[in-house]
Amino acid sequence: MANILVIAEHDRGQLKLATLSAVGFARQVVADAGGTFEILVIGENIGGVAGQLCHCGAATVLTAAHALLQHPVGDKYARIVADATKERGATMVVGAASTFSKDILPHAAALLDAGMLSDVVEVRGDGDDFIFKRVMYAGNVIATVKLEGPVKFLTVRAAAFAHPPKVAESSPIVSLPVTADKLPQFTEYGGQEAKVAGRPDSTEARVVVSGGRGIKNAEDFERLVGGLADALGAAVGSSRALVDAGITPNSLQVGQTGKIVAPDLYIAIGISGAIQHLAGMKDTKVIVAINKDPDAPIFEVADYGLVGDVYQVVPELTEKLKT
Amino acid sequence: MKILVPLKRVTDPDTKIRLKPDGSGVDLDGVKFAVNPFDAIALEEALRIRERLGEAEIVVTSIGGDECVEQLRVGLAMGADRALLIKTSEPLDSLAIAKILVAVYRREQPSFVLMGKQAIDDDSNQAGQMLAALLGIGQATFVSKLELVENNSKTRCGRETDAGIETVTVKLPAVITTDLRLNEPRYVSLPGIMKAKKKPLEETGLSELGVVVASRTRVLKLEMPAPRKAGVRVKTVDELVDKLKHEAKVI
Repeated sequence: MANILVIAEHDRGQLKLATLSAVGFARQVVADAGGTFEILVIGENIGGVAGQLCHCGAATVLTAAHALLQHPVGDKYARIVADATKERGATMVVGAASTFSKDILPHAAALLDAGMLSDVVEVRGDGDDFIFKRVMYAGNVIATVKLEGPVKFLTVRAAAFAHPPKVAESSPIVSLPVTADKLPQFTEYGGQEAKVAGRPDSTEARVVVSGGRGIKNAEDFERLVGGLADALGAAVGSSRALVDAGITPNSLQVGQTGKIVAPDLYIAIGISGAIQHLAGMKDTKVIVAINKDPDAPIFEVADYGLVGDVYQVVPELTEKLKT
Repeated sequence: MKILVPLKRVTDPDTKIRLKPDGSGVDLDGVKFAVNPFDAIALEEALRIRERLGEAEIVVTSIGGDECVEQLRVGLAMGADRALLIKTSEPLDSLAIAKILVAVYRREQPSFVLMGKQAIDDDSNQAGQMLAALLGIGQATFVSKLELVENNSKTRCGRETDAGIETVTVKLPAVITTDLRLNEPRYVSLPGIMKAKKKPLEETGLSELGVVVASRTRVLKLEMPAPRKAGVRVKTVDELVDKLKHEAKVI
C-alpha cells in the first residue's frame, strides 16, 4: 500500500509536462501495490493547472494557493509540501527530477526527518516495501536501493515513466488552507530572466537539436543549430563547451549538471560526446551525430552518424528538411 | 565574517568508473580522488568574498575516513584558514550528512554555508537543502552569481533553474549551493601547499559532536547501464534524411 503525494510543477500557470511522468510513477506504484495518490499544486492563480490534472486518476487534486506563493521559493514551498504530507498521511512524496523539485523536496524531506532518493528510474514492490533504481555517477552507474522510514521522498526521471492515459472520471479539487504567517520569510524573489520566446523547452520537446565545440560563435549557433531546430519545430540545446565559451546561455546546457533530456530525436551537431554530456541525453530514442572527427565518442552512442563539416552538412540538412 | 565550506572527497571526475564484479560497490583500486568540483567552486567563492571584504575566516570540513585529509589539505592550500575532519567510517546518505553538518554549524557559528549543489559521485543534490531545513534558515540553490548586500546581512543570488536565471535575495545566515558557472576555482600553488602544512587541521568524531546518525538509504547493488549500441554511419545528407523518415520514422 502506498499513499502518494505528487508535487505538480508549473511555470506561471502552465503545467510542466514532466509532472505527468511523476503521475505515471504514482499510477504504476498504486496499480502494483495498492493505495491511492493525490496531486498537490502550489502557487497563486492555479485553478487552470489544477483543472488540467483532474483526469489523471488522482483521488484528489489539492491546491495550496496564496499570494505569497506566487513564485516557487524553495523554503516556502517546502513548508507547504511538508504540511500537506503530514495532513494527508502521505507515505511517498514524488516530483519530476527538475530544478523545481530538487530545490524544494530535499528541504521538505528534512523538515519531516525523511530520506530521499533523487533521479529514480525504476520501482517495484518488495513485500510491504519498495525497491528503487536510481542513476548516479553521471548516469554511468545504476544503484538498486531501499529507503527506510515511514515517508519516502523521491524525484523521478521523466524519461523513465510514461505519461498515463487520461481517465474519464474527474478528481475533486480540494483547497488546502495556507497560513501566511507560518511561511518562512528568508527569501525575496527578484525575478526571472526573460525566456527566449518561440522555441520549446528541451525537456519537453519531441526533437532537440544541440550544438557543441564544432560551432565557432553565437551567430553560427543561431544559424546552424537554431535554423535546423526551427525547420523541425525542435528545441535547442548546447554542450558545456559552448556555454563556457559564452556562445550559448546556461539554460541550454544538456548534461550531468545541466538538463536531462530524452526526446524522440536528438541531433548532436559538432558535439564530441564527453560522458557528462552523454549523461544528459543518452535516453533519447534516436540519436543523430554530425561531427568532422570520425573518432568522436558521440558516434559510439549515435544511431545515425555522419562524418562531415557541420558548416556544410547542417545547412544542406536544414534545406532538405524544409522541402 | 566566517564561512563554512564542506568539501566532499569524490572519485576524480575524469576517471572512468568500474564496479566490483559482485556489484557491491565502485572498484576504487588505483582510482584518483579529488575535491568534489562543485565544492571547489564553493571554496573559490568564499576566497573571493574574503578578498573583497579584506577579512573573513574560511573553515573547510569533510566527513569520512583519514583519507579525506588529502582533500582538506587541498582546501587549505587553496586558501582556507582551518580544516575540520569529522571522522566516520559509516556510509552516509544526504540526510545523515546534513545532520552532521548541523552539529558542525552549531559549533562553528558561521555567517553562512557555501557548498556544492551536488556531489558528482552520488549526484543526489540534497544535502544543502536538508541542512537549511534542519537549521531553519534560508537557502539559495544552484547559484551562479553571488553578491553580499545590505551590509553583508543578505546575499543576492542568481540561481540556475530549468527556465533560466532567477534572482533571489536571502537573509544570512543561509545555505548557498553552488553551480558550475559561479567561478573557476584557482589552482593550488606551491607556496599554498607549503603554507597549508602549517594551518590547523583538527579531527573530531560523531560522539564528540553529539550526533547519532544512521543512513536511511540502503544500497543493495550497483550495475552499469546497458550500453547504447552504436548505429550506422551514413555517407550523405540524403541518406540521413531517408533513414530518419523511413527507418527511424522520427520526422
